[in-house]
Amino acid sequence: MTQFRAFLIFIMMFGAFSQTAYAALPDEVLADPILEARARNLSKTLRCVVCKNQSIDDSNAPLARDMRLLVRERLVAGDSDSQVRDYLVARYGNFILLRPPLQPNTLLLWLAPAIFTLLGFIGFAIFMRRSKAIQAEQIKPLSPEEQTKLAKIEQGQEK
Amino acid sequence: MRIISSFAPLVVMALISVLLALGLRHDPQNLPSAMIDRPLPAFDLPPVRAEPDGLKRADVIGEVAMINVFASWCEGCRIEHPVLMRASRAGRVPIYGVDWKDDRAKGAAWLIRHGDPYTRVGADINSALAIDLGLTGAPETYIIDRKGRIRYKQIGPITDNIWIDTIEPILRKLEQEGP
Repeated sequence: MTQFRAFLIFIMMFGAFSQTAYAALPDEVLADPILEARARNLSKTLRCVVCKNQSIDDSNAPLARDMRLLVRERLVAGDSDSQVRDYLVARYGNFILLRPPLQPNTLLLWLAPAIFTLLGFIGFAIFMRRSKAIQAEQIKPLSPEEQTKLAKIEQGQEK
Repeated sequence: MRIISSFAPLVVMALISVLLALGLRHDPQNLPSAMIDRPLPAFDLPPVRAEPDGLKRADVIGEVAMINVFASWCEGCRIEHPVLMRASRAGRVPIYGVDWKDDRAKGAAWLIRHGDPYTRVGADINSALAIDLGLTGAPETYIIDRKGRIRYKQIGPITDNIWIDTIEPILRKLEQEGP
């Protein structure tokens, strides 16, 4: 049991370290831990426009660093999270957001998982119904000829 | 019914192929710019070259102009530089340089080495103007109309072909627009 507890602590420590490993560079970190936490969370939702598939929090591109600093600057100036996001969307478009907003031209994107799940269920229902129909066909009663044939087999007269 | 269902996989595959073929034609690197038709943001950049010019918004406004973002560390900038030099020598259009995230001395040395096509040059060290322009990398070039609106954005180096096929027609169109 103590071994297990030690193992748990080890895992938790590991988690804590991996958190700091991805942190912003030391000279970027804000003194206010609440603002810094907001800046980190915000940075994780913003795309690095140089590397395209990384957030500015993950990226080591110089432009991503300048964006992290800009995010912090604006938070210190008193902007809300959505104001900071809007500021960047005004300049880079929705592309800057790693999580696309729900709007008419992204409706299909957001509904696609539900649509495909539904299609899967429909396909499965059709498949089930068909295999049931095939089963029903297979267990229909024997015709008179078949019955006499079966009777003969049972009596061992025919192989 | 049986015939239709046996062709179904083929039809689905054909549809997927069409989708993928369309996807190949779509270049995800070509980002739509949110800044097109929007006014040039305010900026005031310190000088890069020996002369104390710098670059601010008011310098650019008034006639059709280009803002070219370059840097001494930028490989693509070397490719497009001869094209800008030629346009500059011909006096085609004022080109303003933004030396982005660069050591100013290195930027100045780069201009002496490769030639200087710029009417004025400013240094954007902390990406203040870059982010305001929606910049994604260097080189990038913006065409500004007489009223100071951003009308076109070229991502990546301007080649001779891009100049002839894209830049020149836009410049001509904007020059024909009233003041």
